[in-house]
Amino acid sequence: MIEVKHLTKRYGPNTAVEDLSFTVEDNRIYGFLGPNGAGKSTTMNIMTGYLSATEGDVLINGHSIIEEPEQAKSCIGFLPELPPLYTEMTPYEYLVFVAEIKKIRKSEIKPAVEEAIKLTGIDGVRSRLIKNLSKGYRQRVGFAEAVLGKPPVIILDEPMVGLDPLQIIEMRSLIKELGRDHTVILSSHILSEISEVCDRILIISKGRLVASGTPEELEQQMGSGRMVLNLTLRGSREACEKVLAGFEGMSCSCTGEENGEVSFRVELPKGEDVRDKLYFAFADARIPILGMTSQIASLEEVFLELTGAEKEAK
Amino acid sequence: MIAIFKREFRSYMQTMIGPAFIAVMVCFVGIFFYLLNMVAGYPYFSICLISSFVIMAIAVPLLTMRSFSDERRSKTDQILLTSPLKVWDIVLGKFFAIVAVFMIPVAVFCICPLIIAALGSTYFVLDYCTILCYAFIGMLFISIGMFISSLTESPVIAAVVSIAAMLLLYLWNNLVGYLPSGAGATLAVLLAVALALGAVVFLSTKNIYVSAAFGAVACLAVLAVYLYDSSLFTDLLPTVLENFSVIVLLNTFFYSYLFDLAGLLRVVLFTGLFLFLTVQSVEKRRWS
Repeated sequence: MIEVKHLTKRYGPNTAVEDLSFTVEDNRIYGFLGPNGAGKSTTMNIMTGYLSATEGDVLINGHSIIEEPEQAKSCIGFLPELPPLYTEMTPYEYLVFVAEIKKIRKSEIKPAVEEAIKLTGIDGVRSRLIKNLSKGYRQRVGFAEAVLGKPPVIILDEPMVGLDPLQIIEMRSLIKELGRDHTVILSSHILSEISEVCDRILIISKGRLVASGTPEELEQQMGSGRMVLNLTLRGSREACEKVLAGFEGMSCSCTGEENGEVSFRVELPKGEDVRDKLYFAFADARIPILGMTSQIASLEEVFLELTGAEKEAK
Repeated sequence: MIAIFKREFRSYMQTMIGPAFIAVMVCFVGIFFYLLNMVAGYPYFSICLISSFVIMAIAVPLLTMRSFSDERRSKTDQILLTSPLKVWDIVLGKFFAIVAVFMIPVAVFCICPLIIAALGSTYFVLDYCTILCYAFIGMLFISIGMFISSLTESPVIAAVVSIAAMLLLYLWNNLVGYLPSGAGATLAVLLAVALALGAVVFLSTKNIYVSAAFGAVACLAVLAVYLYDSSLFTDLLPTVLENFSVIVLLNTFFYSYLFDLAGLLRVVLFTGLFLFLTVQSVEKRRWS
């Protein structure tokens, strides 16, 4: 289990992470989501002991990363944003070196390295120099380094960057497989990646945790019953707006106007469905409805809303 | 530590740096050996090491420049600092790897007195003790180079600053001779040092009152000693700073036949100090 307690990191006057607290349960896959510069990498670097926090602490399986760094670090496998590879080594040499500094027992080094190579599918390039490998393979070697020795906690910072679509699918199934008996934390600024593989999502913006929960919970929490309508009408904009003004509690915005057709985006209050009433109101005003589509606020919108709202607040 | 040592040593030998360093050292010392011992006929190999000392001051930064700066630039330090290793293990592993590369040309030098012996009489004790001192000074230079490398992200800057620092140490003896020895000049220098210490305190604490008080107390203490007995300050600077000379270790030995054990211990102590500073510098970066 990982406990992050009131983590704050300041770089001079800039605050990268502010009072961040959360708990990560065992054998789950956690997604760390946020726009660029939200503080994801900084938080991960602090959790793995690469950076020190200005305030707060991180407990990895009960070991404080500040007070017992060796014990805490030996529980973690970390793939940073840029895989930390020595390019003059071959993947095999590199993984043996990593196994040694991870203090894996001598007799277990070879089987552990072979297992990591097999798991990440780098057997074909094991004896080529890392500097001659493509970005995707380098990423895999980094991934092999993180899973080497089967640490209970695996932290992956943007693991899908630089991979082709096929490799992304492979990586996803790999992460899902690992999530069965490891705690996996991965970060991304792309929502679909996270919602695809993660059991729980932590949304972070401007260094603060703005929401957390399962993907379903987040959708429910932010968008339960709230409907968004996209309307296309034939008529003048003023006339349409006049009809829409007759409904209370709706927020409308005109999204386009051409060839006598007007489009509106209408957000309905929670739990209300006024599609019938809208139809009759427009019919009474003799404005034909050319199109009406409805959607429930998606996770993507939750994400945009949370991270965007934070920006406005600042 | 052993894993770091093995990786670093292999890396030095697999890239051009290690062989280039060995070639430069062996070639230049070889030229001096040929000219001084073979052509001019001096029976001491030590004179060759003393004359070619500046080569070491320029070549050692070749080895040390990448040790930390390159890791930081390519972010490979992330794998080291997030592993369950202590920073001391990392620093010592790297240090011993560079020392191992450095010892290869030194081992070649050990053959030279034997060559002289084959051609005539030689002074084995003198020569091998000089090689020993040379090796220890080399280790000090390596620790200084590593410390400088840990301060920057650019290997080139690390190399330039290290060469400057090592040339300064090489010329130290001559420079110290030109320092003013009068009590008044010493007072001025010490007051400047006291103020500089105050500035250092300010930079680390950001507290103007504490640093001003510290600077003032230091200045007053210097002034008080001066007023009490100004003769204490006469010749103080050259006498104190002379102790930091490293080449003098070789010179005393060669010219006076004195094995300067205190001097050797001082070199070992400074090596330890710079390794400690390197550890602090790496640790500090995580906090900034």
